[in-house]
Amino acid sequence: MSNQPIVNEFGLGPISCHAFNQDRSELAVCFNSNVVSIFRQSGGSWTLSSTLAEHDKPVTSIDWAPKSNRIVTCSQDRNAYVWTLDGQKQWKPTLVLLRINRAATFVRWSPEEDKFAVASGSRCISVCYFEEDNDWWVGKHIKKPIRSTVLSLDWHPNNVLLAAGCADMKARVFSAFIKGIDKKPAPTPWGEKLPFNTVCGEFSSGSGGWIHGVAFSPDGNSLAFTGHDSTITVVDQASGSVQTIRAPYLPYVSVLWLNESQIVAAGHDCAPHLFEKKGNEWSFSASLDSAVKKADVGTSARDTFRRMASRAQATATNDTEVHTHHQNTINSIRAFSGSRDHVEQFSTSGIDGKLVIWGTGLSRGMGNLHL
Amino acid sequence: MSNTLRPYLGAVRQTLTAAMCLENFSSQVAERHNKPEVETSTSKEVLLNPVIISRNDKEKVLIETSVNSLRISIAIKQADESERILAHKFTRFLTQRAESFVILRRKPIEGYDISFLITNAHTEQMYKHKLVDFIIQFMEEVDKEISEMKLSLNARLRAVSEAYLAGFN
Repeated sequence: MSNQPIVNEFGLGPISCHAFNQDRSELAVCFNSNVVSIFRQSGGSWTLSSTLAEHDKPVTSIDWAPKSNRIVTCSQDRNAYVWTLDGQKQWKPTLVLLRINRAATFVRWSPEEDKFAVASGSRCISVCYFEEDNDWWVGKHIKKPIRSTVLSLDWHPNNVLLAAGCADMKARVFSAFIKGIDKKPAPTPWGEKLPFNTVCGEFSSGSGGWIHGVAFSPDGNSLAFTGHDSTITVVDQASGSVQTIRAPYLPYVSVLWLNESQIVAAGHDCAPHLFEKKGNEWSFSASLDSAVKKADVGTSARDTFRRMASRAQATATNDTEVHTHHQNTINSIRAFSGSRDHVEQFSTSGIDGKLVIWGTGLSRGMGNLHL
Repeated sequence: MSNTLRPYLGAVRQTLTAAMCLENFSSQVAERHNKPEVETSTSKEVLLNPVIISRNDKEKVLIETSVNSLRISIAIKQADESERILAHKFTRFLTQRAESFVILRRKPIEGYDISFLITNAHTEQMYKHKLVDFIIQFMEEVDKEISEMKLSLNARLRAVSEAYLAGFN
């Protein structure tokens, strides 16, 4: 495992979302536009292999199903497409009947890849499945009790439960059980009888704030979510404990479980931060970006004081760069290598147009890490 | 630099940094629209509480934040009639050239002299901390600018009246 994060700079504009294929040789990225670019890895660099242009508004989310090699994209034009490779190695779109009338904001395949969920601004989640009779993807709505735009989703490993983070300051766990597709799931701490649209839990961080990111733990018994009030809340449904960690940083947008006792979150602070469970307590552990601080050239203490006195400014005026790998908000974190309960590398993409692949055993201050 | 200016600008800087956490957010009200929520204010839940930071009763800053946009309104110090005229002329000059200032709003919010509107498109193009620096620098310079103009106005006034009254000697 490399010790330095691998930075891929595309320079094609802000990255709004990204997804890798199963063996990580191909990458789907959207540069804040209505087209999705597919890159193929060749000799350490990424070359454009195809573009998926079917949406007519900015694409908001992409997900690549690893086993069945299908891509689903959704956009602010209220549509979602499922892309499959045809005989000539061309990606072919299939429109999904979402039946939503506002922007689609987020999409994720279920672990079994027979369903996917699309979050939307029309205050609902569309759980889509393939209908053999009509030969198209249809959506079934989870409506109640969502009161605002759904910002993020995550599937439980059992393929039935779905977590949603919402702009009405609540994170919820729903059942997305589709008759005829899902088998009856084994009982979990979230509930035993789970007809479609059962609300299995509703949580908030206490002080309010839009829920930007949600994630189920690898075993699915805990839920972590990040709010705009700079908090991370971990709900352990088995023991019923809800713990909110306040971070002294800007809000986190995306969250990922590395294993049962480690969570990585990143967002407006431009660096991924690690949270660890010690005993039963979760706490902030370290920033994974070792913040290469450049030596202040030609600034004396006198200058610094003058600057602080005149402009309440701590850094030099001509210093445009931020001392992290990402130069702007990170808007998604995804697992890159390892299994769901033991993520070895993860990838982050941000508004600065960079895609960074981080190892989890890197950076100083991580000596207490046992992976 | 007076003693009260530093904490004032410090408070504005911290508030702006925290407020500038914006994201792309499509309208919940109009189909296929994407508008600054702080301007339309049609969905209550995506607006945050507005913050007023004031140095004294004349100088204050109003910061209104929403999920995809933020509005900063500045009340410039106007101690007397001539400063009021100068501040009005100065802000009028700027707002008429609002395109070249990118984040400047054409019309200030009621009760304030100049307003800026920052949306998620701006924070995607520009460094967030540089935008904060720009606002802070503007707040600092505008007072200086107006007091300089006032001095030169007074000097000119004196010169004119001297020249005029010299005729009666």
